[in-house]
Amino acid sequence: MTAPVYAAPANAPVEPATKQGRFLLEREGVLGPLLLLPAVVYILALVGFPLILAVLYAFSDVTVGSPHITSTKDFVGLANFRVILNDPVFREALRNTIVFTVVSQVIVVVLATILGLVLAEDFKGKRLVRFLILLPWTTPIALSVLGWFWMLDSVYSPIDYVMREVGLLGPHTPFGPARNMYWLGKTNLAQASVIAVHVWRTLPLATVILLAGLSSIPKDIVEAANMDGASYWRTLFKVKLPLLTPIMSVAILFSIIFTFTDLSVSLVLTRGGPVNDTQVIATWAYFKGIQGGNLAQGAAIALFMVPVLVVIAVLMLRLARRTETT
Amino acid sequence: MAVVETRKLTKRFSDEVVAVNEIDLRCVDGEFLVLLGPSGCGKTTLLRMIGGLEQPTSGEILIADRVVNNLPPRARQIAMVFQSYALYPHMSVYENIAFPLKAAKLDKAAQREKIAWAASILGIDELLKRKPRQLSGGQRQRVALARALVREPNVFLLDEPLSNLDAQRRASARDELQVFQKDIGTTTIYVTHDQVEAMGMGDRIAVIDSGHIRQLGTPHEIYEEPADTFVATFVGSPPMNLVPEGDELVGFRPEAFYPITADTPSDTSSVLRVNVINAREEYLGSEKLIYAEVNGIRVVSRLPANVDAGIAEGSSATFGVLRSNLRHFNAETGLRVQPGRVPVLSGAANA
Repeated sequence: MTAPVYAAPANAPVEPATKQGRFLLEREGVLGPLLLLPAVVYILALVGFPLILAVLYAFSDVTVGSPHITSTKDFVGLANFRVILNDPVFREALRNTIVFTVVSQVIVVVLATILGLVLAEDFKGKRLVRFLILLPWTTPIALSVLGWFWMLDSVYSPIDYVMREVGLLGPHTPFGPARNMYWLGKTNLAQASVIAVHVWRTLPLATVILLAGLSSIPKDIVEAANMDGASYWRTLFKVKLPLLTPIMSVAILFSIIFTFTDLSVSLVLTRGGPVNDTQVIATWAYFKGIQGGNLAQGAAIALFMVPVLVVIAVLMLRLARRTETT
Repeated sequence: MAVVETRKLTKRFSDEVVAVNEIDLRCVDGEFLVLLGPSGCGKTTLLRMIGGLEQPTSGEILIADRVVNNLPPRARQIAMVFQSYALYPHMSVYENIAFPLKAAKLDKAAQREKIAWAASILGIDELLKRKPRQLSGGQRQRVALARALVREPNVFLLDEPLSNLDAQRRASARDELQVFQKDIGTTTIYVTHDQVEAMGMGDRIAVIDSGHIRQLGTPHEIYEEPADTFVATFVGSPPMNLVPEGDELVGFRPEAFYPITADTPSDTSSVLRVNVINAREEYLGSEKLIYAEVNGIRVVSRLPANVDAGIAEGSSATFGVLRSNLRHFNAETGLRVQPGRVPVLSGAANA
C-alpha cells in the first residue's frame, strides 16, 4: 500500500486556456442575460413595437388604404385626438369602459371575498367546487362569450326559458307580457349583461388569489382573535380583511387591467349595441381603426387606455415592492 | 377550588391516533401547572381543548366548576399566549392589547386605563406605538402577555411561550414570567417540552406521554420519586441510570452516583458499591460526566468539575450510591415498585 499523494504530479495535464470557455455559462453575468433574452425579444416585438407604432399612427393620417408614413407631411399633430374627443360615441365608450370596470370590480371583490371565505372552510366536495369555480377562467374568452351570446339570445335564451317555466316571464307575469327579456336588446339589460359576463370571467382569478391570501394568514392569529373574544364578524373585518388587503389589491389591479382593456365581451356579445350603449374603448378603437379603416383614429382611441394602465402598473409595482420589504 | 378540571378527556384524530387519552386533571386556584412531555405527546392538544380551540372526542372540561365543552373560546374566561405570540401584525402594540377590550365593548377611557396598567406591569409603556414587526422576541412575548392580562381571565394558557427566544433571553424570561405569575396570582397552565422550564417554574408538573399523564406532582416529587421509567428518564439531564436486576430495574440519578476511593468512609449497609468498567470522563466546565458500564449497561455519574476522580480513560473503578437514593421499577411495566430484595447489582463489589 502506498501513502496517499496530496501534491499533483509534475506532469499533470494543465487545462488549456481555450477550454475555459466552456465554463462561460456558469457565470451569472452571462447566463442571466441569456435566459432573459427570449422574454425581452418577445416583449419588444409583440408589445414594444406595436406600442410605438400606435403612438406614431395616432399622430398621423394613415388609413388601411394607405398605411405608410412616408414623409413628415403624414403627421397631423393632435388632429386625431381633437376629432375623437368631439365624437359623442367616443365619450360614451370612455364612460362605459369606466363604469363597466368599476361596477364589475366592486361586485367581484364582494363575491370573491365571500367565495374565498367559504372555500377556505372544510366541507365535502370542496375540491370539486374549487375546480368548477376555476372553469370560467380556463375557457378561452371568445368561446365563453359565444356561450353567453347564446344564453342571452333574444329568442332562444335558456334563461328566458327557465323564467317562463317558473312563471316570471310571458303574459300575466312580473316580467311579462313579452315572452323574452331581450337581454342584449335593451340598454340597461345589455349593460348589465356585459358587466355580468365580466364578473363571471374575472371572479375565478380573484377568488383563487384571495384563497391564497386567506391561507397565508397564520392559524394562530385567527385563533388568538377567537380567544380574545372577537365574534366571527369582528375577526373578519378587523383581522382577516385587513391582513388580506395587500393581496386583494393585487387581485383588483389585475382584474381592472383585464376588464378595462377587454375587447371580446362587448364585441362578441353586443358589437357595442344597442346603438352604442355597450361601446367601450377597445371596441370603438377596433370599429374605427380596423373596420372603418381609419388606423390613425383607431390608434388614438386605443392610446386613451395608456394613462389609466400606467397608473395601475405603477400601483402594482409599488405594492409588490411593499410586500417584498415587509 | 379547582379552576380547571378535566374528566376522562379524550381526543381522537383518527382510529389510530389518540392524542389525549382519558386525562383527569385538576388545577387549583392560583397554581402554575406545567404540562411537560416530548413533542407529539398530546400536551398541546390538551391545552387547546381547555382553551376551546379543539373539540374533545369525549370527556368533560370544567372551568370554575362549570362544564364548558360547548362554549366557544371567547365565552370561557380564559386567555392564551401562543408559541408564535400571534400578535396582529397590522395593529400597533396599543391596538393589539386593546383588541380583547374592544371585543368586550369596554368604553375608551376604561380601555386606556387597563392598557396602561398592563403595559406598566410588563414594562412595555415605551412600545405602545410600535408595530409587532419592530419588536424583539422578548418584547413580543410581553405584548402577548399584556394582551392576555387585560382580559383578567380565570386562567392563562401558555403554549411554549419561550421557545422562540434565544437561550440567554429564555433564562431571564423564565424568571420574569414566574415573578409575573406570582404577582398577579392567576391560575396558569403552561405547556413545554423543556424540563428546565418545567422544573424551574411549575408549582406542579404533569408529565405526559402518548396521551396519558404519567405523573402529576411537584418538581421535587417528579425528580426524586418518579412514578415510572418514562418520568425517570425524561426528567433529568443526563437521565436516571437504570440497571436491570432480576425482574426489576434499579434506578439512581447521575449526581447520586460517585466514585469511591480508598479513603472514602463508607459502610456497605448504607452504600451500594458498584464496579464499573470502561470509564470515560467528559469535562463540561461547571461539571464533569463520567460514562461507564455495569454488565453492558451504560451508566453516568455527574460530579462537580473540581472533583478529581482520578479515573483513567478505559479503566475500571468502584462507584457508590446511597441505598436511599435507589429507585426500583418493574422491568416489564416500568412502574415504580417497592424493592423486592436487597439489590446487589451484578457488577457489585463487596467491600
